[in-house]
Amino acid sequence: MTSHEGENLPEKRPGSGELTADPVSDPGLPAHTWRPTDVDARAEKRAERQIAAMFGLSAVCTVLFVVSYFTLEIGEVTTTIGGLGASTVALGLSLAGALLFIGIGIIQWARKLMADHEMIEMRHPASSSPEDREATVAALNTGIEESGIGRRPLVRNSLLGALGVLALPVPVVLLRDLGPLPGDALTKTIWSEGMRVVRDVTGTPIRAQDLQVGDLVNAEPAAIFETDEEGEPLVEGVELHVAKSKAAVVLVRMEPDDIVHGEGREDWAVDGILCYSKICTHVGCPISLYERTTHHVLCPCHQSTFDLADSARVVFGPAARPLPQLPLAVDSEGYLVAQSDFDEPVGPSYWERDSR
Amino acid sequence: MTIDTSKVADSNKSAATARKPGKLGAVGTWADDRLGLATAMRKQVRKVFPDHWSFMLGEIALWSFVVLLLTGTFLTLWFKPSMAEVTYMGSYDQLRGIHMSDAFASTLNISFDVRGGLLMRQMHHWAAMLFIASMMVHMMRVFFTGAFRKPRELNWVIGCLLLLLGTLEGFTGYSLPDDLLSGTGVRAADGFVKSMPVVGTYMSFFLFGGEFPGDVIIPRLYVAHVLLLPGILLALIAAHMLLLVYHKHTQWPGPGRTEQNVVGYPLLPVYAAKAGGFFFIVFGVTAFMGGLLGINPVWKYGPYDPSKVTAGSQPDWYMGWPDGALRIMPGWESHIGPFTMPWNVFLPIIVLPGLAFTILLLLPFIEAWITGDKRNHHLLQRPRNAPTRTAVFVALMTFYGLMWAAGGNDIIAIVLGFSINQITYFMRAAVFIGPVIAFIITRRWCISLQRADNDKLLHGYESGVIMRSAEGGYTERHLPIDGGRAYTLTARDRDEVAASRGETDANGVAAPGTGRIEKLRLRLNRGWYGHNVQKPTREELEEAHHHAEHEHELQAGLDHPADGHQFDGHHTVEEEALRGGKN
Repeated sequence: MTSHEGENLPEKRPGSGELTADPVSDPGLPAHTWRPTDVDARAEKRAERQIAAMFGLSAVCTVLFVVSYFTLEIGEVTTTIGGLGASTVALGLSLAGALLFIGIGIIQWARKLMADHEMIEMRHPASSSPEDREATVAALNTGIEESGIGRRPLVRNSLLGALGVLALPVPVVLLRDLGPLPGDALTKTIWSEGMRVVRDVTGTPIRAQDLQVGDLVNAEPAAIFETDEEGEPLVEGVELHVAKSKAAVVLVRMEPDDIVHGEGREDWAVDGILCYSKICTHVGCPISLYERTTHHVLCPCHQSTFDLADSARVVFGPAARPLPQLPLAVDSEGYLVAQSDFDEPVGPSYWERDSR
Repeated sequence: MTIDTSKVADSNKSAATARKPGKLGAVGTWADDRLGLATAMRKQVRKVFPDHWSFMLGEIALWSFVVLLLTGTFLTLWFKPSMAEVTYMGSYDQLRGIHMSDAFASTLNISFDVRGGLLMRQMHHWAAMLFIASMMVHMMRVFFTGAFRKPRELNWVIGCLLLLLGTLEGFTGYSLPDDLLSGTGVRAADGFVKSMPVVGTYMSFFLFGGEFPGDVIIPRLYVAHVLLLPGILLALIAAHMLLLVYHKHTQWPGPGRTEQNVVGYPLLPVYAAKAGGFFFIVFGVTAFMGGLLGINPVWKYGPYDPSKVTAGSQPDWYMGWPDGALRIMPGWESHIGPFTMPWNVFLPIIVLPGLAFTILLLLPFIEAWITGDKRNHHLLQRPRNAPTRTAVFVALMTFYGLMWAAGGNDIIAIVLGFSINQITYFMRAAVFIGPVIAFIITRRWCISLQRADNDKLLHGYESGVIMRSAEGGYTERHLPIDGGRAYTLTARDRDEVAASRGETDANGVAAPGTGRIEKLRLRLNRGWYGHNVQKPTREELEEAHHHAEHEHELQAGLDHPADGHQFDGHHTVEEEALRGGKN
């Protein structure tokens, strides 16, 4: 391609002196042509009637809108008309008609009956005239000169300093109470030694024999279901949501021989049952799609895939770290419990993550 | 046949006569005494706007924004931006008795217990999609036709800001119902914020008022969605429109349409009527969509629960391309001493969108720097006549499109039965290779179209008449195009390649004022224009026409009296009967 480079360049063409001349002269604006409605009185009347009919139809639609508003039931509508309900559909269609007919009528009016002579307007440069520029610059200079901002550096610099001191800290200080500082909040979850692993919806504790090989159970720490003597939950509201957003786990049971235990994690499983954080280490979606034959679990948000048989190693996708594993044990009543909290922060990576 | 102009309708007799001041005049005088409106409006009332279908795209964006303001105001009357936990007791059976945030409960209330509420919710959501989609298509129109060139670069910048803010407005808006899908999106956003080095966790804690999810994010998103962002959007839209009026609209070149004038219809009445009527059309279309096409059925997703997620979780389409980048990014993470740097999140979702937006913003300035063109431009260019610019933008669009497709890799895998792993690996390469291929194809395609235009000018259009020569060979007859079309095709600038001052002179000394940057500019300049086809010169045209005349002489007498080409759009039909005209 390089050998052809520049083959079409004007500077290499012969007779380049003629280049600026237009090859075809501007024939000027074509003559105005009359529309049927301009020259035929009947066509004109017809267009008038069409336009008025549009506006009339719009009014009819508005009446239909009001009628639908007062006659059609609302409420539980998910079973009628595509799950939207008769009211929504009727209101939508009548409103659409009322608006569209006005729009079509007006545009028809503009196209058929309003004058259609093209007009010519001359452009003016966006810039100001040189005189205006000079006058403005002179006025600015006079103003600046009279203020003495150039001659009095002490005044100027102290003002700039004060403004700088004002602008930097005040917004920052004022916004400090947007939230608490992170501290070590992200490194801990509600899990603690001996806390039972319970089903996420019912809150019932789980025995090892409740799980079949190949099962995956969504679970939570027992603490988020605990209540005081009066039956009021101990953890509720924001606290509950924060606890759930970090402490959610999955329990999986597989053939003990399939498991490749991580270093120092040999005793974290109970009868082939493993417990992992449910929170993806990529950006924090709860992972959920489990393929029992491969022991892989897939995050539905960005498709990071983890091998639960091998310490939840990342086998595919954008996640960089395995899912944290919760060490399991069995309590005196035979229920699954945590040996401790997670030994690393759950969820997405962040700057000071390694410095716990 | 001549037209009897005595029957011409009143509408076109533009004999404006000053009327006697009536009551309206009195009101006008009262207002003008105080506001001086006459001076301000004198030139604007009959301001000329050129006509072309593509000038309507920005109008769709404008009107859908008005629809958003109207439907959004309706929604605020019932929506409660609160994360306080309530027990739902409304009409929707399947969620009755369930604990949820007040935001979600009030969204259900709007959907099921406010008449027209679901319609307004759906209209609001459709109008938002229309708003962003039309801004994007409008931006493509402006870029491909060169409407962003001097003096309109700043309006391009404002337009880019509008697109960015519109996207943010969309994200804050669809997060408000606090349903499971949007909550997952907010949680992912928390992960994005945390990926920022040094400040990540602090930003996250300040944003959410503590740890995710907290109970302040919905009210904070709400105030951004209904006050802060719409306020800035309104101000920027006003600036965008004022600049449009000040610069006067660009126009397509054609007979009588030059860099010095604007040809079109006056604001009052034609343009006001068309634009005003079009508002009703846009409003009506959103009402139609809101009534018939369900969107964001949050009651099916359920309230947000941080331990749950739905399969196929995807953001609204305009957030899809950075999500795609996030999906195909390899899992890179650095550990520097005690610190962690999650490149796998930070690069695709923080750096890439910022970089893409910066490039978009700078495109007019980059082009002007490369071409060295400092002239004002009011005539639009056909995309083919700026092959490199067109190719650059098609490459960027290809990048965007592939990223967007990658954002649906799970859907593609399910629908087409492909392996999600292979789609992802393919996309990792395709987002780099695709734009290059698109660039090359587009540029060559544009240049071919330029050649086709020149052929049309020099040899005429293909008439469809096949001639058989005495020897038995077949050729297609070409007929000359009419003067107006020929002028329109040639009404473009010749590309001026910057003189190669970057070369060293005979003694091997670099010419003065040619630093490394200037040399780069000259190389880019040559690449920018180097392969373009220039329009023929007057001599070339005359020579070709002379040649054609000679050919026609040879073919004289071979024509059938009526060759059937009177109405092929290449001839004037003045002598033919006008539709509906009896005289």
